[in-house]
Amino acid sequence: MSDVLTLLLEGAKPCADHLANILGKEKAEVEAELRRLEEDKSLLGWLPVFNPEKVEEGRVRAVIEVKISPEREGGFDRLAMRIARFEEVESCYLMSGGYDLLVFVTGKNLRKVAAFVSERLATIEGVLSTSTHFLLRPYKEQRHLLVDETEAVDKPAVSP
Amino acid sequence: MNVDHESFVASHVKDLPRSGIRDFFAVVSEMPQAISLGIGEPDFVTPWHVREAAIFALEKGRTSYTDNRGLLRLRREISKYVSDFFGPEYDPASEILATVGVSEAIDVALRAILNPGDKVLYHEPCYVSYAPSVTLALGEAIPVGTKPENEFALDPAAFEAAWEPGCKALLLNFPTNPTGGTADREKLERLARFAIDKNLLVISDEIYGELTYEGEHVGIASLPGMKERTLLLHGFSKAFAMTGFRIGYACGPAVLIEAMMKIHQYCMMCAPILSQEAAIEALVNGSDEVARMKEQYHRRRDFIVRRFNEIGLSCHSPRGSFYAFPSILATGLSDIDFAHRLLREAEVAVVPGTAFGEHGANHVRASFSTSYENLVEATDRIARFRDNIVIEDAAAAV
Repeated sequence: MSDVLTLLLEGAKPCADHLANILGKEKAEVEAELRRLEEDKSLLGWLPVFNPEKVEEGRVRAVIEVKISPEREGGFDRLAMRIARFEEVESCYLMSGGYDLLVFVTGKNLRKVAAFVSERLATIEGVLSTSTHFLLRPYKEQRHLLVDETEAVDKPAVSP
Repeated sequence: MNVDHESFVASHVKDLPRSGIRDFFAVVSEMPQAISLGIGEPDFVTPWHVREAAIFALEKGRTSYTDNRGLLRLRREISKYVSDFFGPEYDPASEILATVGVSEAIDVALRAILNPGDKVLYHEPCYVSYAPSVTLALGEAIPVGTKPENEFALDPAAFEAAWEPGCKALLLNFPTNPTGGTADREKLERLARFAIDKNLLVISDEIYGELTYEGEHVGIASLPGMKERTLLLHGFSKAFAMTGFRIGYACGPAVLIEAMMKIHQYCMMCAPILSQEAAIEALVNGSDEVARMKEQYHRRRDFIVRRFNEIGLSCHSPRGSFYAFPSILATGLSDIDFAHRLLREAEVAVVPGTAFGEHGANHVRASFSTSYENLVEATDRIARFRDNIVIEDAAAAV
């Protein structure tokens, strides 16, 4: 794995100057590496990790289990991509087990999400059923604990 | 009635110097806003699955004493781990003792082997407790300097030169706190021949063994003829980020482990059972986290060493541990003055090299067990501090 990508995955700031300083490389070299990662789609984009309870108060998130009919020539791909393209869909995965797609959806309020499921998602030809679960409270986002009690530990500033 | 409390303190304790780190700690404590590169423990929290194992043990009511030597399951896992990582195989029933950290293992090992006046050779700069532990065991500690020009690596010739009648043991710590110095196979083989020739016991604290960044870590007990004259001391504090659990162990010949156990059983009874349970989990399932933390230390090491050299503070690349040990000779300051001024003027804490013995003079210990953000900011501040000293020197010359 690229050392730039390794560092980013460890949570380093996505800033070429900062990354170059840590890795002992030229800034231009790091920028070129970031461009290469973006061009070959290893790096899809940049999103901050935030606490949804603080930043998006009132916003509703839901996880939807979707059963769909696979199609000759293409299997689940065409329908999965059709669903994934909706702006409301944050993530979409093909799953093993009792349903086919797991779809993460977000909306301004409950009515918006409900409307998306009942009017858009469930009405697509090939969608056999949906089962919607609303997220009640986040405890961990992208490896960040939202209530990290370990921060209270008071280590001595100098130790042998 | 006035009581002369001093008169109750044993003379060999009264004469024991306070740790230089302790004094410096008091100064740093008054500046909580300072960035500390003075911390001798991992900045990582103990991996969750290890903490969870301790919680589970607590929930199950596992709160009793254990066998003085430690839980048999722990000793079995230690035996397996040591055999995989260090080479020699130890019998869990008779050749392994679980202790309250390596610190206790050092103490009981020395007390178990030393008669009053017996001499112990140890390399310096080194961890602060070695010489005092020898003194407290009524032995005589003889320092053997390791040198900056050798990157503070093991120097068997220096040990040979320092030998004198009455020497009973060698006390080793490679990779070394505070220098990151290591011991390669060739040098260890020469030291092993010396130990056999002079009939010396080796006490080898290999707590930073896993944190070896270049080459292999060679444990002296793995060399021919050395298992039977080595007490291998190890623990979970550094590689597994478990300092607060206070759990370590000693492996060695059954007679010596039995002697250590006698002291351990009277002064400690056993290592805390919850820590033993956590240690089992660390040994069984902890290798991925150890590798992940080591990878991060490795990159941070490369960064801080490069920055010190850019700043003009000559710094070798420590092959092990999580400490850089740059020379501050170029500043014209003593290591103590440098550390105090750096703290006051730039709000960065490093530990003066002489806190680890006289051979640490002209150096400071900078731990890279902290975040990149701290390392970047701290080294920038050190650079500005260094520049200011150069300007002061130039002004003084005019």
